[in-house]
Amino acid sequence: MNFNHLTSHKMRALAASCAVAAFMVSSTAHAMNTDVTIGMQLEPPNLDPTGGAAAAIDEVVYANVFEGLTRFGPDGSVNPALAASWEISEDGTVYTFKLNDGVKFHDGSDMNADDVKFSLDRARAEDSTNAQKALFAGITSVDVVDPLTVRVTLDKPNGSFLFNMAWGDAVIVAPETADNNASNPVGTGPFTFKNWAKGDAVMLTRNADYWGEAVKLENVTFKFISDPTAAFAAMMAEDIDAFPVFPAPENLAQLGADPRFEVVVGSTEGETILAMNNKKAPLDNIKVRQAITHAIDRQAIIDGAMFGYGTPIGTHFAPHNPDYVDLTAQSAYDPEKAKALLQEAGVSDLTLTLKLPPPSYARRGGEIIAAQLREVGIDTEISNLEWAQWLEQAFRGKDFDLTIVSHTEPFDIGIYARDDYYFQYGDADFKAIMDDLKGETDPAKRSALIAAAQQKIADDAVNGYLFQLARTGVANAKLKGLWENAPTQANDMTGVYWSE
Amino acid sequence: MSEQTISQPSTLQLILRSNGFLIGAGLTAIFVLAALVSFIWTPYDATQISISDKLKTPSAAHWLGTDHFGRDMLSMIMVGARVSMAVAFVAVGVGILAGVPLGLYAASKRGGLIDEIIMRGNDLIFAFPSLLLAIMITAVFGPGAVNAIIAIGIFNIPVFARLSRGAALSLWQREYIMAAQVCGKSKALISLEHILPNITNLLIVQGTIQFSLGILAEAGLAYVGLGAQPPLPSWGRMLNDAQTLISIAPHLALVPGLTIVLTVLGLNLMGDGLRDLLDPKLRRVKS
Repeated sequence: MNFNHLTSHKMRALAASCAVAAFMVSSTAHAMNTDVTIGMQLEPPNLDPTGGAAAAIDEVVYANVFEGLTRFGPDGSVNPALAASWEISEDGTVYTFKLNDGVKFHDGSDMNADDVKFSLDRARAEDSTNAQKALFAGITSVDVVDPLTVRVTLDKPNGSFLFNMAWGDAVIVAPETADNNASNPVGTGPFTFKNWAKGDAVMLTRNADYWGEAVKLENVTFKFISDPTAAFAAMMAEDIDAFPVFPAPENLAQLGADPRFEVVVGSTEGETILAMNNKKAPLDNIKVRQAITHAIDRQAIIDGAMFGYGTPIGTHFAPHNPDYVDLTAQSAYDPEKAKALLQEAGVSDLTLTLKLPPPSYARRGGEIIAAQLREVGIDTEISNLEWAQWLEQAFRGKDFDLTIVSHTEPFDIGIYARDDYYFQYGDADFKAIMDDLKGETDPAKRSALIAAAQQKIADDAVNGYLFQLARTGVANAKLKGLWENAPTQANDMTGVYWSE
Repeated sequence: MSEQTISQPSTLQLILRSNGFLIGAGLTAIFVLAALVSFIWTPYDATQISISDKLKTPSAAHWLGTDHFGRDMLSMIMVGARVSMAVAFVAVGVGILAGVPLGLYAASKRGGLIDEIIMRGNDLIFAFPSLLLAIMITAVFGPGAVNAIIAIGIFNIPVFARLSRGAALSLWQREYIMAAQVCGKSKALISLEHILPNITNLLIVQGTIQFSLGILAEAGLAYVGLGAQPPLPSWGRMLNDAQTLISIAPHLALVPGLTIVLTVLGLNLMGDGLRDLLDPKLRRVKS
């Protein structure tokens, strides 16, 4: 139909004058507006969301190429995806999913209950490389009832099971193609994988056989630009249509003043923390940790490092979550109190290492924190590390005193229950709270437990809780339908379109 | 007769007549002075962060404005001068102390195996682009001012080794050196007492030029994050920090950028002027 429309224009254009030809050009340009180029700072290491922890993987493929039983909506709600509906047994341990009919993988094969069983069994297997195996921990069996019905049995009720199934790590893959998803992802989503120019871009194209509502875009290109200056230049030159997580907050005011662009400031799941090594002296002393939390002026860090974008937090929880408890007052900026606490702890002449990964929140925030700690008599030795070095030294090697990092996974307070996690907390009381939470399905009781967990890690001053990372996105003013917030790591392109 | 017509100007007259040298020495003096003064006084504490004062343009209170953390740029430039000059000075010192003895020793063993080994070793270091070598060294041993000194110092060694060997070789042919040899003076003593004083001029000129290259290299290392670490201010890192802010606060890039340009220009002009002044041949031609 579109073709006919164009051809008739073409005929007329050929017959008529240059003026009409000029109209032709604009008409073609108009028709071309089904392509979009999205800027991202980090390139994914591979494209298999079930085999890697990198946020960049989900930011390319989540909801675009791969789909799970359930999915996150733009507001963080859990919605049906491949599962059209589900029933939960009385005792909360058996979930029966009814799958959508007529869903096909990009290779043409049908998606049915066998694929769901394969995907879930693969993810929870002993030798699974899934980065979030905990999501599947409670599953005891996955049974195929009929081609469109799957029954999942849990060992005990799990209030967040449907939430877990919406993660990018729980997407449904086909047994024939699962092993190649890292370089050639084959899913059920509205876009198919076209090409990956390493170091430059990943290209997706519309899936003509998509089972659900057809998407408006024809081609989506994810372009990787790590340098903030280059990102700004690419945006100004309109080489990039949208940069959902723009890396240079200092340029946002300028971009916002330009009528061509729209700056969208939303929230993310990124709790930015000053992580402390809880097992390393003198940070194993709660008084020293409390002193550090009182020495930090959160607002100065938000203003200085993020140019005002960000929300102060007092615990490891996202402020936009209804269960969030504002505990910022408990560790309010109070240098005198910090000095007093240090004195009580009997610590003087303290020098701590501060290892900083590349993002500007860490590099800039680190310099400000170093200055603030110096005010209360704590010297820091800053070392700027690349991500690989940071992962090796701080995250895996636990060779650090202080570090700054943003935890961008949704609802990740559970990391405090891990013994071997890099900040080495693993408190028994906290673990008990998390265990209770896992088995609890009553919403009111869940809220109470979540609040208790937030209170506990704030009381113990496990880390310095700085601010919730803002999602500072820049987009062409005519581009509509992008997510404002980031309830999960994703650039969902399914609802994106050009307004003219 | 000829003595009277060809006037031999005094050194002072020559200095005053050499504009390049005067400008160069003046610029260098300003930055050396800034670095020295920073030990006892800076307008503000160069590491004092004051977010509410950020990105101020130059004014009476902050002569060169403030950076994105509200730190005083003039104070940062002054302390940064200290870091840059210290790194470059020590690095050139390392180059002279290690390179000159190597070069003199090689010259005294001319054509021998040791001469070959020393000079081919120097060629090996020379084969790497100097800044690349410095980046490699700091990447391996970790970033920091001390490692920057080592990295820059290492690629200064072959520069001085070659220079002193080349100059010494021609001196070894002179009659007075032969006379000293005939008298039974050891080669080491001849190198020290007769050759070294005669190549000092060359070393001073080369030293000035290497010093300016050292400042550039330090700024380059700091720019890529391998020089002096925060909170110690450094010209190169100031430039890097300014990168994304250049469209909203150009002075952030202009101030450290111009500082580096003027320092290097000053040192180069001074080096050129020194060569003219110290070279007796040029001295006669000019007059």
